[in-house]
Amino acid sequence: MPDAGNGIARLLVVDDNKVNRLLLTRNLDLMGHRVSAAENGRLALDTMRRDAFDLVLLDIEMPEMDGFQVLEQIRADLSLRDVPVIVTSSLEGLDNVVRCIELGAEDYLTKPVNAVLLKARVRASLEKKRLRDQQKALMRRFATPEVAQDLQQSGFALGGKRVRATVMFSDIRGFTSIAESQPPEETIELLNTYYTLMFDAIGEHGGIVSHIAGDGLMAIFGAPLPLPGHCDAAVRTALDMIEMMMLFNVERSAAGKPEIRIGIGIASGDMVAGYAGTNERATYTCIGDTVNLASRLEAHTKTAQREILIDDATRAALHDTVALEALGPLTVRGKTQSVDIFAVQPAGTAS
Amino acid sequence: MTQPTIDLAAFGELQSTAGAEFVCELVDTFLVEAPLMLDELRLAYASGNADTFRRTAHSLKSNSNTFGALALGKLAKDLELGGMTPVREANGAPLDELELEYARVAKALGELARA
Repeated sequence: MPDAGNGIARLLVVDDNKVNRLLLTRNLDLMGHRVSAAENGRLALDTMRRDAFDLVLLDIEMPEMDGFQVLEQIRADLSLRDVPVIVTSSLEGLDNVVRCIELGAEDYLTKPVNAVLLKARVRASLEKKRLRDQQKALMRRFATPEVAQDLQQSGFALGGKRVRATVMFSDIRGFTSIAESQPPEETIELLNTYYTLMFDAIGEHGGIVSHIAGDGLMAIFGAPLPLPGHCDAAVRTALDMIEMMMLFNVERSAAGKPEIRIGIGIASGDMVAGYAGTNERATYTCIGDTVNLASRLEAHTKTAQREILIDDATRAALHDTVALEALGPLTVRGKTQSVDIFAVQPAGTAS
Repeated sequence: MTQPTIDLAAFGELQSTAGAEFVCELVDTFLVEAPLMLDELRLAYASGNADTFRRTAHSLKSNSNTFGALALGKLAKDLELGGMTPVREANGAPLDELELEYARVAKALGELARA
């Protein structure tokens, strides 16, 4: 990553010709960058996979592996494809330039490279790289790594695909009265701690957080990437969340604050997963009856006075031994048929 | 020969951007590398290795132009684009011409770098 503070970047010069290599390295050195050099394409790829670079200056005409092949390999490698490449070559023919650009090169400089032009192009490429890095960091903050990766690989498109997954809803019991009884600053702090604990538990078991709103959150297990054993993963997550809240409450009690209780609803089945919203603002989510059921189960935890409720589909797919309590059929709003529901008993609670 | 052996403007530009001392070292490197390239060209020509022939001529062209050795660069470019057939048709004359021009370039560069 370029050092934003002082503009020093890590550059790699790839050229089989010694005079070209020395001169290019010298010019970049003079700009204040840290420069490494490689003599051919194969060595360049090895070096790029070993160390991180902000920019590569690549010759085309080289023995063993030429620049075209290097560009192809860089593009096929997820860990390398974001590194910008400026081709520096004295290849004859416009078609070669076009081919480089089509293979993903950021820019093309004809050798002998004019030092002033080189400086401008390098600066522009590094600036673009910096913005892209920033964008990626931002995406990681607002999307989970799985969604960020899915976006990077497949790009963004509204619409969804059908998946089999498990959905979880969770919220804080009596959150409104808690919020009313304390200053908003304290509520924000409480929410942040709560979310940190919950995100940890969800991520730990391969789930992604799809929505947070107020004190509620929705998590998906099994999309955008398939997750074998998504039912077990969701139930284990729920149990971890309850345990974390118990530990959190020990702290809160010691500080004389009221305990926090949460309710969790889990349902499994077919749903449509994808980006919903507009082209300007969208979120990765799941839609379908299963999702609605999970939400209803979460709401029903208050009535049932249980912390975790799951549907029959989730129960049937469980491999783990979990203490379950059959609560019988539940008529869910918006559903014609009633569904069998089960309470998962947290460890350490009497059955 | 209409082209000067070394284009002084191009050479001066190189010195001012990369530093005269560095250019001195770069010339020394070129004077070691270029004879190897000329040998490689001869070898590729003798063994009929068109790919190496083209790549080596390309490399020599690129370095010649870096130092402002435009005539040498032009001869190398002709070899790069024309391949070995015209050389064979002329009984190897273009390679002789290239070597002669290189001798002039080597002498001129040696003097200029240390001027």
